[in-house]
Amino acid sequence: MQVEKFYYDNKIVRAFGYATVIFAIVGMLAGLWVAIQFYAPAASLNLAPTTFGRLRPLHTNAIIFAFVGNCIFTGVYYSLQRLCKTRMFSDKLSWIHFWGWQAIIASAAVTLLLGYTTGKEYAELEWPIDVAITIVWVIFGINLFGTILKRREKHLYVAIWFYIATWVTVAMLHIVNSFEIPVSLFKSYSWYAGVQDALVQWWYGHNAVAFFLTTPILGLMYYFLPKAANRPVYSYRLSIIHFWALIFLYIWAGPHHLLYTSLPDWAQSLGTVFSIMLIAPSWGGMLNGLFTLRGAWDKVREDPVLKFMVVAITCYGMATFEGPMLSLKSVNAISHFTDWTIAHVHIGGLGWNGFMAFAMLYYLVPKMWGTNLYSKKLATNHFWLGTIGIILYAVPLYWAGFTQSVMWKSFTPEGQLKFQFLETVTNIIPMYITRSVGGTLYLAGAVLMSYNLYKTIKQGKFIPNEEAQAPPLIKIPKPKREYWHRLLERKPVTMLVLSLIVVAIGGLIELVPTFLVKSNIPTIASVKPYTPLELQGRDIYVREGCYTCHSQMIRPFRDEVARYGEYSKAGEFVYDHPFQWGSKRTGPDLAREGGKYPDSWHYNHMYDPRSMSPGSIMPQYVWLLDNKLDTSSTGAKIRAMKTLGVPYPEGYDKIANIDLMKQADSIATNLKKDKIESPGDAEIIALIAYLQRIGKDIKAEQKPAVTIK
Amino acid sequence: MKFINYIEKVSGVDIYGLVSLLIFVVFFTAMLTWVFRADKKKIKEMSEIPLH
Repeated sequence: MQVEKFYYDNKIVRAFGYATVIFAIVGMLAGLWVAIQFYAPAASLNLAPTTFGRLRPLHTNAIIFAFVGNCIFTGVYYSLQRLCKTRMFSDKLSWIHFWGWQAIIASAAVTLLLGYTTGKEYAELEWPIDVAITIVWVIFGINLFGTILKRREKHLYVAIWFYIATWVTVAMLHIVNSFEIPVSLFKSYSWYAGVQDALVQWWYGHNAVAFFLTTPILGLMYYFLPKAANRPVYSYRLSIIHFWALIFLYIWAGPHHLLYTSLPDWAQSLGTVFSIMLIAPSWGGMLNGLFTLRGAWDKVREDPVLKFMVVAITCYGMATFEGPMLSLKSVNAISHFTDWTIAHVHIGGLGWNGFMAFAMLYYLVPKMWGTNLYSKKLATNHFWLGTIGIILYAVPLYWAGFTQSVMWKSFTPEGQLKFQFLETVTNIIPMYITRSVGGTLYLAGAVLMSYNLYKTIKQGKFIPNEEAQAPPLIKIPKPKREYWHRLLERKPVTMLVLSLIVVAIGGLIELVPTFLVKSNIPTIASVKPYTPLELQGRDIYVREGCYTCHSQMIRPFRDEVARYGEYSKAGEFVYDHPFQWGSKRTGPDLAREGGKYPDSWHYNHMYDPRSMSPGSIMPQYVWLLDNKLDTSSTGAKIRAMKTLGVPYPEGYDKIANIDLMKQADSIATNLKKDKIESPGDAEIIALIAYLQRIGKDIKAEQKPAVTIK
Repeated sequence: MKFINYIEKVSGVDIYGLVSLLIFVVFFTAMLTWVFRADKKKIKEMSEIPLH
């Protein structure tokens, strides 16, 4: 048979590789900065863009979508060409994909710092960027499938299945979770409200971990591990079971982020059951990876690439064992809202994603520049810095999480709460300091790698188009006994459809009943829509990322009811577009904040939190006192809310500002009584209005004598 | 209220559960059968794709 000659495109791999290194450093720097703010609140610089609430989304988005995203594309563009024995389908599409993705990252960085956010974790980007992500993702998909279709290799290797599942599921998650109604160019409201919004968000959030941080990286593992170890994967059969079981089960597990919340109980149990089942495929995959190195551990001692991979796969195993444990209700009651979760995700982030990315880069750069790694010793030092960094990062946070949770739940013999919330925070400050030391070591390792790779590049010569040879794929007549799965794994489009069905089932069963069945969210008659001023204040709350530190979800525990008040009900959130339940309590819960303190307390507290609560680690929000509230948007906001089903009276959008002014003036008058002079149109007034409203409606319910208008 | 109380109010909801359980069982049985009956040589060939 005639052998064809062709060239692999290394230029696009190089571009994505550079972006990976750059955004690794950027994302980690942002992470270190927010970590320092935990014990040095002044590190927020008293500037809006650099406060925790805005920098934290920047950190998470930079790590997930910029660092890991570019790492995925680097690995996919390199391995896909070689697994399919062909060049990418279209160089042009490759470059549109590359520059499109970098443009999205740049606009994400700018908009997040400016406070344009949807307020939904890991999906903070506003609607124009959401649209851009969809377009770029489709372009990536065309290029991916185009390449697969013109391949010269009969079979689709298992890594490609992981890429296909990643593509289709991320597309589905992104579209479903991003349904939002635009109010202006950079402001939108989530289509869903309250409980439903929470369910969709965590269905998305959990599967962003599954299908952005896990499946594509597993694909990379199945390619780069055999490459680096120069032997096939331990069990190819196991990899097939691993794949289908993983994508089938993962999609159901989202509700384990909402245990003990107002989410209907059946959905919580569903999430727990599937989370437990997930141990099986996850550990199957981990063992498959580690067993690939059986009898080759001497190589691990020599080769930094394998060293990084072994720790990465071990961390994958640890995180995927811990995850199901955390989704047991009794464990979750302790871990949730604490730093335990942060420690857990960083075992995955630093250990699994970071180390896999480093391993891949150490493998790719010498290959593409036709040389050897500049210094194995530096790489080994990086390995140890990283490993010690992970331990120093995670262990103190596990400790902090557990300690704080136990303190929250402590009562005196007289039945009083033993600790003020603030005491539980100041108690774990030493752990926060240690954590940032761990992070610094990890970052130092990454800098070392950049230098090592730079030197490697300097000593080699880049091979932009790598020559390869393979016979063309010719259609063979069907053999008599063709098993259906072999048929399937040759047909990428069938594979795509099947993966979509498999992942859609879990989503449907979880989401549909919550949307259809009214009794899932019992309505509470006294819960009323927000006033225009409160709505504006709520948008400021979202803009400043208050949800990154404050939850609005009181779980039905004795200590939480004693500390915060009546536990939260599903019906209280029916007008919350988006929901703001939060996932971490660096500060206290705010679900019953309304009426707890006088207006002046909030004013002073926002100006300088430490003047009201000495030792508080909350940043100052001085600009809220000066910024003028933009009332020109009120009408559009009311109209958008009406479209979403919030029962404002007809034509209310036109007169909403009159009510807004009235309420603002009354708050300003209130402040004046406490000797605080504030213009009625300052942003702080709107925020106070919102804070004073949260969780109050339900109190009216308990007084049946009051007639409801 | 229990799960079943919510769910039975959706018209024709039992079909959801039945169909998904069926897909799940059929799919996994078929996959496992294939995986364990598959030709050893073929499996070996596929697992070696990254190496050449």
